[in-house]
Amino acid sequence: MKDILILLFRSKRFIVGFVLFLGILSFALIGPILNPKNPFQMVGGLFSPPSDRFILGTDNLGRDVFTQLMYGTRTSLLIGCTAGLIATTIGVTIGSIAGYKGGIIEEVLMGITNVFITIPSIVILILLSIAIKARSAVVMGLVIGITAWPWTARAVRAQTSSLKTREHIDIARITGFSSLEMIIYEILPYMFSYIFMAFILQFSGGILNEATLSMLGLGPFQTVSLGVMLHWSLLWEAVRTGAWWAFIPPVICLSMTTFSLMSMNTGMDEVFNPRLRRS
Amino acid sequence: MKNPFARYILQKISWYILAFFVAVSLNFILPRLIPGNPVSVIVNQMATGGVQSDVLERLYSTYMKEFGLDKPLYIQYFNYLRNIFRWNLGTSFMLYPGKVKDLIGRALPWTISLQVPAILSGWIIGNLLGAFSAYKGGKFDSVAFTLSLVFSNIPYYCLAIVFLYLLAVRFGLFPVGGGYSFGMVPTLSLRFIMNALYHYILPYLSMVLVAIGGQAIGMREMSLYELTSDYVNYAKNLGIRDERIIRYVFRNAMLPQITGLAISFGTMMGGALVTESVFSYPGVGSLLFTAIRQNDYPLIQGCTLIITVAVLTANFLVEIAYGFIDPRIRAVQLGER
Repeated sequence: MKDILILLFRSKRFIVGFVLFLGILSFALIGPILNPKNPFQMVGGLFSPPSDRFILGTDNLGRDVFTQLMYGTRTSLLIGCTAGLIATTIGVTIGSIAGYKGGIIEEVLMGITNVFITIPSIVILILLSIAIKARSAVVMGLVIGITAWPWTARAVRAQTSSLKTREHIDIARITGFSSLEMIIYEILPYMFSYIFMAFILQFSGGILNEATLSMLGLGPFQTVSLGVMLHWSLLWEAVRTGAWWAFIPPVICLSMTTFSLMSMNTGMDEVFNPRLRRS
Repeated sequence: MKNPFARYILQKISWYILAFFVAVSLNFILPRLIPGNPVSVIVNQMATGGVQSDVLERLYSTYMKEFGLDKPLYIQYFNYLRNIFRWNLGTSFMLYPGKVKDLIGRALPWTISLQVPAILSGWIIGNLLGAFSAYKGGKFDSVAFTLSLVFSNIPYYCLAIVFLYLLAVRFGLFPVGGGYSFGMVPTLSLRFIMNALYHYILPYLSMVLVAIGGQAIGMREMSLYELTSDYVNYAKNLGIRDERIIRYVFRNAMLPQITGLAISFGTMMGGALVTESVFSYPGVGSLLFTAIRQNDYPLIQGCTLIITVAVLTANFLVEIAYGFIDPRIRAVQLGER
């Protein structure tokens, strides 16, 4: 474990992503504590440009953009993390059971997975969001998570199938482990790094899906998120009236968050797959 | 079935029909889970908007009939399926009595002519760039890879917003949105086409750059795997010329990327829809944006249906092409192995 950490911090991409992500995380978590304002409170004129009083100006209703940005980033991270955890959990469960069990169970589970890979997830997301009227941030994360698992399931199944043929599996089987014990003790630990990378991917995908849904007008209720901020900008024509402070900050926050996660992911990929490393 | 390739296609077709039915069933069931029911939600909304009561009455009866909400669920479902196959998608709430199929029919050509070229050209350029930078290595690789990483991580609509603001609003180089100039009538005249192309550039650009980045990263990774493989070392030791080896590498790395193309159609969809609404491009995305704002359930359902059909069709075509191209699938199908 310690060796892995040393290796990870030798990867420049990982460090860049990690530091950037820590920065965003502390902005979103510590910011609201130091600056406890209500992001929905109207404090100034409409679309007033950045000034000493409002670092990032105000939006169409005279609300402080900087405050919105802190709370919005926090909501987006919460939704992304919830979605990532749920998608990874479902994906790993289905993938490892299918891969380890094989036979008819594998056929059925992978059949379901493939059907849900084929159907564009945005369609299911839109329909689910419409059906659920009270969408809190956590509910949204849940909805995104239960549409995002198929890729993870497919990848984990492939990994499990190849791990299954190793010798330590045969030895463990002789000692009389049940299938569940086999998967938990003998399979999953060997692909821990892989699962963690899948989680990072799902995390970033969750944030993006939140933004997409929110921009279409299906965001969380009574909460500000990065996507909701962009939705307001579209709805109230902030872009065409030139109020850049209302939409450029969430755009930068969103892009930096996904970039930091992806950068960590590629860094890990280089560490765990030595073939990608150039000597 | 005598012909193995026909069997491959048949297998794929049945697979896609299954996916289609699952999607259609979700399309049917989910809006019906709205507390109350969609019809009363919309009629209540209109009632607060001050619509006369006899009009409300008529609206209510129209939609109750269309949704068939007074009948048992399984009959509603069969009615729904029958209507879909007759291409009868119901009546829009917000543009009553406009037909959903007409609204979508008008929007669809715009969406297709924006997205298909953006995805295809992004895919081709991205693959060439990825393969080249994997082969080239050094400075070129690290610059190209970093740029790809940056671009592929900017969501489409973020790039779209930045482009719209900088290039259209700020510097006035491009129109600030729409598919063509206000007051123009869509015709096949040269003037209209030039005008439409002018409006096309920014939405296209904001999608294609992101697509190039994503594909280049995937292709680079595949090519790196291939470049370190045994057959490449063997070929090098045999003294085969580099160009030859690159061609082998490219062809082998390309195969998984074809699956990547199929994936793009599905995964790009969400971002592409939002990109359209950023530019007020008259496609399905903008239509969906307005429909959601107005709680226009029949129109939303129509949009999600057409998106599903479009993505499934694109995926299907790519998979068939894959069957032709991949020598392993071809060999299995022709019984050579």
